Amino acid sequence: MRLRVAVITVVGVAALAIVGAAIWRPALSPVSVPSGFDPALVVKGSQLAAIGDCAVCHVGRDGQAYAGGNPVQTPFGAIYASNITPDPSTGIGTWSEAAFRRAMRDGVDRAGAFLYPAFPYNHYTHVTDADLSALYAFLMTRQPVPAPTPANRLLFPLNIRPIMAGWNLLFLHQGPVPTDPSQSETWNRGAYLVEGLGHCEACHTPHNVLGAEETGHAFTGGVAEGWEGPGLTAATSPAAVAWTADAIDRFLRQGIDNGHAAAAGPMGLVSHDLSGVPEADVRAMASYIASLTSAPDPAHEQQVAQRIAAAQRPPAALDGTPGATIFAGACAGCHGAGAPMMQAGRPSLGLSSAVTAPTPRNATQVILHGLQPQPGEAGPWMPGFAASLDDAQVAAVLSYVRARFTDRPAWTGVEESVHQIRQDKPS
Amino acid sequence: MIVLTVNNIRHELEIDPATPLLYVLRDTLGLHGAKYGCGLGQCGACTVMVDKRAVFSCLTPAAVLEGRQIKTIEGLGTIEHPGPLQQAFIDEQAAQCGYCIAGMIMRAEALLERNPSPTDAEIRAQMQPNLCRCGTHTRILAAIHRAAAVTRAAALAVPATQEAAR
Repeated sequence: MRLRVAVITVVGVAALAIVGAAIWRPALSPVSVPSGFDPALVVKGSQLAAIGDCAVCHVGRDGQAYAGGNPVQTPFGAIYASNITPDPSTGIGTWSEAAFRRAMRDGVDRAGAFLYPAFPYNHYTHVTDADLSALYAFLMTRQPVPAPTPANRLLFPLNIRPIMAGWNLLFLHQGPVPTDPSQSETWNRGAYLVEGLGHCEACHTPHNVLGAEETGHAFTGGVAEGWEGPGLTAATSPAAVAWTADAIDRFLRQGIDNGHAAAAGPMGLVSHDLSGVPEADVRAMASYIASLTSAPDPAHEQQVAQRIAAAQRPPAALDGTPGATIFAGACAGCHGAGAPMMQAGRPSLGLSSAVTAPTPRNATQVILHGLQPQPGEAGPWMPGFAASLDDAQVAAVLSYVRARFTDRPAWTGVEESVHQIRQDKPS
Repeated sequence: MIVLTVNNIRHELEIDPATPLLYVLRDTLGLHGAKYGCGLGQCGACTVMVDKRAVFSCLTPAAVLEGRQIKTIEGLGTIEHPGPLQQAFIDEQAAQCGYCIAGMIMRAEALLERNPSPTDAEIRAQMQPNLCRCGTHTRILAAIHRAAAVTRAAALAVPATQEAAR
């Protein structure tokens, strides 16, 4: 009996020790805000930060760069992006480079608390030491903004941070992005940027019930922040005509490719950031992404061109439907044959992935909330129709556009989907 | 036949249901406040209110408006008795050529009806879609602040009279 108690005690203590070791991370000593960085390193860091889209999530509530406080909506609740300016009390001013590296690689903050993978450390973990040093130099030379980060609003038990130790055990795969010697240097550079800092999979890969990217389904399409990240693989890309490296390069740097569509939603911010990145790096990302999809097929492209030419005329079969009436009064001024925008060479709706996609989600977002370039900058623009069209009217025009401009099957449950997307916060 | 309710008056209209509201207002109903600027929803000169929200009337087909409340600048006041926003725009001399002003006032009206005490940032965010080629934006902003202040002061001073006037 005594022996049994002793054994149970020993096993229990050992188990506690193992669990404790698994979930305990030491605080790393605070430092005074470092300075004296090489300006060239800071510039390199600024370009890497743009590839990593840091500014998109870590925007301040009043728009100050990197001040944090922006709620990132996840299926598990809202996670507030933290203040990553070098403010010593509310930002990362007391973080050593080792602490910064640990956050990026392991998803653990300076004080030893686990971070949530809304911060995509499962991708940033692949970033090289040299690039992390440059990012650190860049962030530590930003304007410090005192701005406390609000507390997250997460469902129990996910609000208990040590739980993320288990998530990391399952889903955090550290180490460099493997090099493929059979591919070009450009392709390998692209693979490093896309899989690492670019964290493209965070939106373009489906997530499992634990919020992790599904293994074996990379780049087959996901949903994030209310928008669909379309599939990028040959089997899953909704594109009417295949994307080439040139087209992807244009889309990433300019936010629009006239053979496909304009970048919208979170992708609009991504392309805005990538416009300031060295062209060779965007070219490399485009080269890698193009290799995921199928090669262009001239015969198929000709068929698509013919169908789009035929769609210039409103089809008689849809005449007099509510969708046709709304399209004529609300959309045709820009998207109809001969409209000034079409004369300027902008893509036909039949080429838009939002219209050819398996679900009407992205097209709904664009119709409700429009497309706006960053304040003060030029770019594709569309007014939102949330105030003038009700759910049934948006659904009618969606179904009309789908039928007129594509050969894809009709969407189902469109009105319910519009209703749901309208309730969600626009992002 | 399309039935539209504009400034609380019901109109039975024999029109093409795809006709944008702007043309119905100007050509059929003779309400010339809302202006044609771009026809693309890019300038805001055509802005009117539908169910308390600002919309571009140039891109709103009549067919989607049955059973909804349309309000135009003619519904805010008259030359003899301008509404608070109209008076504030006059007091601040916010119009230069004036082409954008009816749209500006209607977008501002939509804001003040739901938020009588907007911050400057809220006003700027609301007014963002409307353009003024003359560049009188600072006076337009001042006029909206003035209208909000005047309306608040009036509500505080004589709440009963204010209610009666409505």
